[in-house]
Amino acid sequence: MTGLFENIVSHGWAVFLAKLIGAFVVGTAGLLWTLIGIWFERKVAGRFQDRLGPNRVGLGPKGRFNLSYKFGWAQSIADLIKIFLKEDIRNTGTDRWTFNLAPIMVTMSVVLLWAVIPFSDGWIGTDLNVGVAYLIAVGGIGTIGVMMAGWGSNNKYSLLAGFRSVAQLISYEIPMVVALLVPVLMAGSMSTQTIIRQQYIAFMFAVPMTLLIFLISGQAENGRGPFDLLEGESEIVAGFHVEYSGMKFGMFMVSEFLHAFTLGLLTAILFMGGWRIPFVPLDWVQEGKYLGSFIWNLLGFVMLLSKAMIAYFVLIWVRMTLPRLRIDHLLNFNWKFLVPLSLINLLVVAFVWKAIPGTDAINSFADAFIPSVVLLIVNMAMFLGVGAVLADKGRQERARVAARVYPETVEAAPTN
Amino acid sequence: MSLHPWIFIGLFFIASAALPSVAIGANWLLGPKRPNSVKHEPYECGVEMVGSPWAQFRAQWYVFALVYVVFDVEVVFLFPWAYAYNSLGLFALFEVFVFIALLLVALWYVVRKDALEWS
Amino acid sequence: MTVELLVFLILSALTLGGGMLVVTTRNLFHAGLYLMISLFGVAGLFVLLTAPFLGVVQVIVYIGAIAILIMLAIMLSPNITNLPNPFTAQWPVGAALAVIFFVMLITVVTPVMNELGADDWVNSDQLTVDTAGDVPADGIATLGEELVDPHKYMLPFEVASVLLMAAMIGAVLLVHPGKQAEDVIEDVA
Repeated sequence: MTGLFENIVSHGWAVFLAKLIGAFVVGTAGLLWTLIGIWFERKVAGRFQDRLGPNRVGLGPKGRFNLSYKFGWAQSIADLIKIFLKEDIRNTGTDRWTFNLAPIMVTMSVVLLWAVIPFSDGWIGTDLNVGVAYLIAVGGIGTIGVMMAGWGSNNKYSLLAGFRSVAQLISYEIPMVVALLVPVLMAGSMSTQTIIRQQYIAFMFAVPMTLLIFLISGQAENGRGPFDLLEGESEIVAGFHVEYSGMKFGMFMVSEFLHAFTLGLLTAILFMGGWRIPFVPLDWVQEGKYLGSFIWNLLGFVMLLSKAMIAYFVLIWVRMTLPRLRIDHLLNFNWKFLVPLSLINLLVVAFVWKAIPGTDAINSFADAFIPSVVLLIVNMAMFLGVGAVLADKGRQERARVAARVYPETVEAAPTN
Repeated sequence: MSLHPWIFIGLFFIASAALPSVAIGANWLLGPKRPNSVKHEPYECGVEMVGSPWAQFRAQWYVFALVYVVFDVEVVFLFPWAYAYNSLGLFALFEVFVFIALLLVALWYVVRKDALEWS
Repeated sequence: MTVELLVFLILSALTLGGGMLVVTTRNLFHAGLYLMISLFGVAGLFVLLTAPFLGVVQVIVYIGAIAILIMLAIMLSPNITNLPNPFTAQWPVGAALAVIFFVMLITVVTPVMNELGADDWVNSDQLTVDTAGDVPADGIATLGEELVDPHKYMLPFEVASVLLMAAMIGAVLLVHPGKQAEDVIEDVA
C-alpha cells in the first residue's frame, strides 16, 4: 500500500498514511468481529442452557418442521442498529468528562491489544520487541476506565462496584503476568511473532499448568465466567456501568466480548502455536514454498482463528458451567493459591529449562521434543501435588463448616 | 532501534480512541433526546438517592493495591531476566529463586496476619 | 520541524500540562487522572528516547499500579470534590521558586550537553540521532544479563527484593485488622 501512496506524496508521508489506514482497518476489524463473537457466544450459551439461542433474525430458506435455516445470523446487526437509536441518558450529578471518557477508555484498552497480534507470518500490526510487556501495559488502561466509570456515575452502587472491580482486576493481573513470563522465558523473546516461531511444539503441551493459570486469571481479568460477581447480570444491578445507556453501555459490552475473544487469541498465540500449521515446517511458510506466500499467510490466518475459537469456546464453556464466586473466596483464591502457584510454577519451569542441555537454541521439532516431554512430566507431577493440596484444603473446609453447623454430629462421627 | 513500530502504535492509539468516540457520537446524533427529571435520577433500585456517593472509603482497598504494587514491581524485574534467560547461567536462576522466595515469605506473613481478608 | 520534534512537543505538553492541572484542580479525583496523563507523557518520552521497555514499564508500574494506589488513597480522603482554592497568597512565592529552579536546571544541563558534543542543543536535532556504537543491539537482553551479573547489579537486584518485602510488611502494619469495624462506606446516611 505504501507504493500506491508514493505516487502522490513523499515517501515519509506514504509510510505514515499506510500505517494510519492499517491502524483504522485493524481497529475496525476488531470491533466488527465483536458482532460475530456475540452471535457465536449467544448461540453456544443457548446450547449450554438447552435452548436454541438467536434463531429468528436474518435471511434464509425455511426448512422442515417450520424450522428456519437462518440461525439468527443477523441478530447482532439488529442489536447494533437498535443500540444506535437509543436515547443517551446521562443522569444528574455525573462528572461529565469522567463519565463520557470511561467507555472509550475501556474499549481502547481492548482494541489496543490488537496492535501486536500476529494474524499470520506477514500480517501483523507491528511486531514490537516488547510485545508481551505491551499487552500488560495496555490492560492497565482498562482498570482506569472501570474506575472512572464507577466514580463518574454519581451512584453508590457504581462506585462500590467500580472499586471492587479494580480490586479484582489488579489482584488477578499478578498471576496472569507471571504466567506470561513462561512463554517469554521459553522463547527467549517478548515479541509475539518470535514466540510463535519458537513453538516447534506448542507450549500448551509442554506447560499445561501455565496455560491453566493464564486462562483462570484471564477469565477473571475479563470479569466473566465464575468471576462475574461484580456485574451479576442475573442477580443484581449491572455493577460499575449501571448508569450507562445507549452506545456507551454498548461500548462496555463490546469491550467485554472483544476482550473474551482477544483472550482466546492470546491463548492461541502464546500457548497453541498461533498461525503455525501443525507438521508444516516454518520455512515453507516464511519462504512461500509450494503454495506461494499469500496462500500460506491465509492458511495461517485461518489456523489462528480456528485455534482462537477453540480457546474462546472453552472460556464460554467455563462461563456457562461454573457458579459465581463470592468476593472473599475470589480474593483468597488469588492471593493464597494462584499467586504462589504461578511463582513456583515459573521457578520450576526455569529450573527444568536450565537442567536440560540444548534448550538455549531450539531450531526444529527434534530440538523441542525432549524438553517438551520432560516439562510435561514435571507439569503432571505438579498437577498431582496441587490436586493433593486442594483436596486437603477442601477436607479442612468441610470439617470446619460441619463443626460450625452440626457441632453435635461431628463429635459422634469425626471426619477422617 | 528504529522508532517505526511505535509510529504504528501511536496511530493505533488515535484509531482506537476515535472508533468508540465515533460510535458514541453517532448514537448521540441518532437517538432521541427527551430529558425527564425522574429518568435522569441516579438508579438505586427505585429508592431516591440520599447523600453523595463520593464518600470516604476504608483502608481495606489500600492494602490490596499496596501488595499489588509490590508484585507488579517484582514482575517488571523478572521480565528482562526471563528475556535473557537462555544466555544466563545456573547462578542467575539461584538469584531469582532468592528474589522470589523473599517475596513469597512476605506474602505468607501478610496472609497469616489476615491483612488480605475481605471483611 | 521533524516528526520526532513534533511528537516530543506533544508529549511534553501532555507531561507538563498534566502536571500543571494536578496542582490547580479543585477535585482530588481529577488530580489523580491528570497525574496519569502526565505519567503517560513521560512513558511516551522514554519510547522516543529509544528505551521502549522503560516506556512500557512506566505504564505498567506508574499508571497501572502506583496511580491506582494513589486513587485508592484519594478515596480514603473525606473531602474529594471540594478542595480549597490553591491560589492562596503563597502562590507568587511558589512561582518565583519554580522559575529559579528552572534557570538552575538550564545552567547545569547546558555545559553537560556541550560536553557531549551537541553545540546549541536547544535548536539542534542531534540528540535524537543514535550512533550505532552507543546503543546495545538488544537493550532488554543486556539489562537482563547485567541485572543478575555478580559484578554488576546483583546486589541492588536482591536489595530491591528486601525493599519490596519491607513494603509488604509495612502494608500489614498500616491496616492491622481488628482495629476497624466500620462499614465499607462510613458516610452513607
